[in-house]
Amino acid sequence: MILFTISIVVLAVILIGVAVYAVMQKDLLFAVIATGVMSLILSVLFFLMQAPDVALTEAAIGIALTTIIFVITIRNTSRREDEVPILKESDASEMDDKQKAKI
Amino acid sequence: MENIDFNQILSIAIYGSAVGLILIGLYAVLMKKHLTKIIIGLSIIDAGIHLLFIAIGYISNGTSPIFSEKGISLVSEGTKMVDPVPQALVLTAIVIGFGVTAVALSLVIRLYRHHQTARIDQIKTLKW
Amino acid sequence: MRKLLVLFLLAVIAFSLYKPLSTIEFGADRMGSIENPTTVGAYYLSKTPSELSVANVITAIVVNYRGFDTLGEVSVLFLAATGLGSILYRRRKEGEHSISISKPSSQLLQAGSKLIYPAILVLGAYVFIHGHLTPGGGFQGGAIIATGILLMMMSYKDFHLNHTVLTWIESLAGITFATIGIAGLIVGKTFLENFMPIGTLNDLFSGGIIPIIYIAVGFKVAAELAGVLDTLLSIKEK
Repeated sequence: MILFTISIVVLAVILIGVAVYAVMQKDLLFAVIATGVMSLILSVLFFLMQAPDVALTEAAIGIALTTIIFVITIRNTSRREDEVPILKESDASEMDDKQKAKI
Repeated sequence: MENIDFNQILSIAIYGSAVGLILIGLYAVLMKKHLTKIIIGLSIIDAGIHLLFIAIGYISNGTSPIFSEKGISLVSEGTKMVDPVPQALVLTAIVIGFGVTAVALSLVIRLYRHHQTARIDQIKTLKW
Repeated sequence: MRKLLVLFLLAVIAFSLYKPLSTIEFGADRMGSIENPTTVGAYYLSKTPSELSVANVITAIVVNYRGFDTLGEVSVLFLAATGLGSILYRRRKEGEHSISISKPSSQLLQAGSKLIYPAILVLGAYVFIHGHLTPGGGFQGGAIIATGILLMMMSYKDFHLNHTVLTWIESLAGITFATIGIAGLIVGKTFLENFMPIGTLNDLFSGGIIPIIYIAVGFKVAAELAGVLDTLLSIKEK
């Protein structure tokens, strides 16, 4: 019982810490990896709370597949959260023309 | 040392971390500007709700709801098993959550292609 | 100002969650005895060994007691895969090829993933074939197979799935599920009724229709998740 309590408390504290890190981190790749670590700890917690089916699902879907689709999204969009798109003058004017043409 | 209430500590740790995850995710959804970050917040809310469900179904010193060779006789002796219904619901919720996340991320990619940005404060037009 | 408002909202939500949760004692036994169950979970626990002879009660709930829900769930997954493809669809411009410009993976990764790919597939198949005996089942096994396919897709640039085969696997699995449900309606009384002999507990061939449906779900989930990953990975790079 003591071991169970200690392990649950430690895992819960790490869980909250990793979640706060994932929200506060400006680099989205780090945030996504932190979300994966959160899923890993969650999977261990499910196993400790006698839910092996849910732990297996979380391990396969939460850790591997969700993380990889986030990584693919970041590859196709911007990586920094505070990134401002750097448009050259020509690009900006071109975009304006395109938008005007659409409107 | 003898009068430490383990269940009290456990309930604070588990319920606290589950509610904490929900609040952290909600904060990310409400305050952050980048669309990928908002979806990370949504998946954190998901994780918190799953943890809450499993924690409510847990029974101390219970076993997982899988019968062994002598399963039927153990049941009649009154061995405790944890509640299987929340586990089945969470199993469904995780798989559906993956589908929701995939569709949301594909919308982010589509928006980025059109606007060259994924920050909601820089998307000026509503049309795509 | 906005931050204050959000923090106030979060405090309100935390308080309103604290009130009901403080009445739920962690780890308390709320299920009643097995003989006269007070919750639906205890009812399932007491009935599953004799009614269905399935060792894993969660499988019994997911596939049999709440089987209609699972049929809806796999339909939602199918819709998600289809919607993803149609959202990301982009017509190829003239002279544009889908040849990837990124570097090929290292020799070590290629050899290693070729070595463990069959093992991952076998593990996934094991998990969903024994879904009614051990922890696991169609969703878990399908996801494990999808991770194996993902490993191959990431280490070999020219590893592509045949979409026709994927569609056929998915459709056949879905048709199997729906057909077994309608057969239950014809033979017995209700949709998805367990009309086959249930066998003895802890046998591989036990549980009637449950293993068949879970194997179909495993194939369907594996095909859908692999399709989602293939769609996302074949996006042309910036």
